[in-house]
Amino acid sequence: MPTTWNDILDFGDRDVSFTPAEPAGDGDSPKKRGAFSRLRESLAKSRRALSEEITSSLFDRIDEETWERLEEALILADAGATTTAQVVERLEHEVDSGAVPPDGVAIKARLVEILAEIASTNRSKIDLSNDPAVLLMTGVNGTGKTTSIGKIAWHLKNEFGLSVLLGAADTYRAAAAEQLTTWAERAGADIIRSNEGADPGSVAFDAVSAAKARGVDVLIIDTAGRLHTQGNLMDELGKVRRVIEKQMPGAPHETLISIDATTGQNGLRQAKAFAEATDVDGVVLTKLDGTAKGGITLAIATELGIPVKLIGVGEKLEDLRPFDPTDFASALLDED
Amino acid sequence: MFDQLSDRLQATLSTVSSRGKLTEDGVDKAMREIRLALLEADVNFKVVKAFTTRVKERCLGADVMGSLNPGQQVVKIVNEELTELMGGAGRDLVFSNRGTTVIMMAGLQGSGKTTACAKLAKLLTKEGKRVAIAACDVYRPAAIQQLETVGKRAGAVVYQQGTDVDPVEIAGWALDKAKDENRDVLIIDTAGRLHIDTELMDELVRIRKVVKPHNVLLVVDAMTGQDAVGVAESFSDSAEFDGVIISKLDGDARGGAALSVKAVTGKPIIFASTGEKLEDFDRFHPDRMSSRILGMGDVLSLIEKAEEQVSEEDAEELQKKMAEETFTLEDFLKQMRQIRKMGPIGNLMGMMPGMGAMKGLKDVDIDDGELDRVEAIILSMTPYERAYPEIIKGSRRRRIAEGSGTKIQAVNNMVKQFGQMRTLMKQMANGKMPDPQQLARMQGGKAAKAPRPKIRRR
Repeated sequence: MPTTWNDILDFGDRDVSFTPAEPAGDGDSPKKRGAFSRLRESLAKSRRALSEEITSSLFDRIDEETWERLEEALILADAGATTTAQVVERLEHEVDSGAVPPDGVAIKARLVEILAEIASTNRSKIDLSNDPAVLLMTGVNGTGKTTSIGKIAWHLKNEFGLSVLLGAADTYRAAAAEQLTTWAERAGADIIRSNEGADPGSVAFDAVSAAKARGVDVLIIDTAGRLHTQGNLMDELGKVRRVIEKQMPGAPHETLISIDATTGQNGLRQAKAFAEATDVDGVVLTKLDGTAKGGITLAIATELGIPVKLIGVGEKLEDLRPFDPTDFASALLDED
Repeated sequence: MFDQLSDRLQATLSTVSSRGKLTEDGVDKAMREIRLALLEADVNFKVVKAFTTRVKERCLGADVMGSLNPGQQVVKIVNEELTELMGGAGRDLVFSNRGTTVIMMAGLQGSGKTTACAKLAKLLTKEGKRVAIAACDVYRPAAIQQLETVGKRAGAVVYQQGTDVDPVEIAGWALDKAKDENRDVLIIDTAGRLHIDTELMDELVRIRKVVKPHNVLLVVDAMTGQDAVGVAESFSDSAEFDGVIISKLDGDARGGAALSVKAVTGKPIIFASTGEKLEDFDRFHPDRMSSRILGMGDVLSLIEKAEEQVSEEDAEELQKKMAEETFTLEDFLKQMRQIRKMGPIGNLMGMMPGMGAMKGLKDVDIDDGELDRVEAIILSMTPYERAYPEIIKGSRRRRIAEGSGTKIQAVNNMVKQFGQMRTLMKQMANGKMPDPQQLARMQGGKAAKAPRPKIRRR
């Protein structure tokens, strides 16, 4: 059963009903793009390519080379040397001990299970049980924060009938607020913004005040992309969080970090640094529609206990989806 | 930026170097570590495999020179191969002799194209060029506004026609406009696109055909993982890029993607983007970057210089004297002169392995005048005194001080320090080389000591 938006959101006692919606026309999404099916196709194609690589001869004979090729596949998926070694060792042990029959199909199935299990570490819903629920979006430059916010807002507004307010606390990047404004219009959300160069803390403050005053259901606050190594900017992020907390105790109720699926081993450091600065609850894994597999999220799950909650598989509104560990695990290797 | 990779390689090589001769087993062990280090640095799997194979072959085939320990030999080989991998000598932008030079940008979403456009514009403006930027990203919301703002900040004009015109048309129109206005450079900003998005990749081809760029630059995020190779190959086919801008290099990403892209496409990294400010953008120097990866200073130059100055026999004899503590002031003088032929002492210290790790040393200004005084003191001694410095007491001391134009105190200190040095040399010659990792740890450095995951493949 594929995970739906309804499965990934926790509304607590709030009375919210879910009605799946189709985005209205093509006009509100990036223009001049081919059909959605094309992206699907390419996604399937890249998966198939990898699948062929793995299945062709990998499990025909179980020997040293089997495990080496398996390692290779996981490393190419950006799972990292540590996670790869752990997974392969575990599987090899299970096969040696007879817990898993030395049969290609069984081994592969077990492998997907192990990967899905890792990807399920600390799995939890996005907490929208508070009124208003406050979401904080963070991440490194160019990972897709603003775009993800736009899409989350669209789903909440159009499929759950929630009123959504966006807070444009990225006051650093030129035209960031304009970009978010465009998304607010598409999603039918309101926006609180200030001038470029304004204090992001004050925008966050205004946004929380407005959310309370206007009685909106969900507030999503965008922040400027920052490299996790920039101490002053990470401190600033901590400050934004404290401003929100002070204005509304317990908020932000959900802090997300967006991670680009093409990111390699550095993704772990990103997640760690952001978690230290703002207590990250979940990952939005973006740009999975390319050929990158996002294997670094396995390391983020095992080493930091931060689960992926949403994935981005395309440019369109409906291309932001709830994360499904088993789908993800299969995609890392093959099978759709 | 590439620091962690250097830590790893340094840790690996310091274990190999402490063990005398290079054996195949030792080389294998080093290769496994290097392989792991490179994988963790996001260097592509296949590139890593080819790299370690090549390095191993060279290590086993290399004559291990008597004057250098095997570890250094491996460092030298790794360094040479890394430099090779990263591009050898750098390539620069190609400028048209007359008229407008066109530079086209391409890359995945979020790799930093728009920022790179502005930074490049700033760099070229500073060089006195009149720069225009064409806004051909009609897809991402507010991309044009962003470009207008940063372009203005960089001192460039931005040509835009809104989001309702086809990017190919905008590009052609912008080129005409740039020529009309006698712009020296036109930079074409394009939308980020997935390398497997055939429709948008085709658009890139059409833009390229219309503007016939003198340079096509691929912007690659320094944090990219294994996928960098596939991305670069696709863009190489369609955009036919000439060089790479590596972005976000100010983070702590190990930047293996840069290595991979170069290795697979053969296209050099031309610029590196290293900070939030528009000025944080420089030409990329592969040769300098390679020694940074090793983090061992410019070991290569040091080794080369040593090879030039010290014959193998000399080196062997010196080793023996150090071990037997028969090293005299005469030998010391000879050594000192050889070393000084290699260049100013401050520079040499910077090239010493491990010295980079000793933070304090970086600030110490080593004065060549000091060495002149030491030389003068030794030259004022008799040959017997140089061989047996213990005998230098009262009147000898005074004579030497007067002869060298220094003070008795200085002579005293010099003789005392020489005694200490001789003891230290004996220890080192007998195999207790202070390894760089140990020095780093003593300095509270971040010597990597995490348990290493077991990876089978070599």
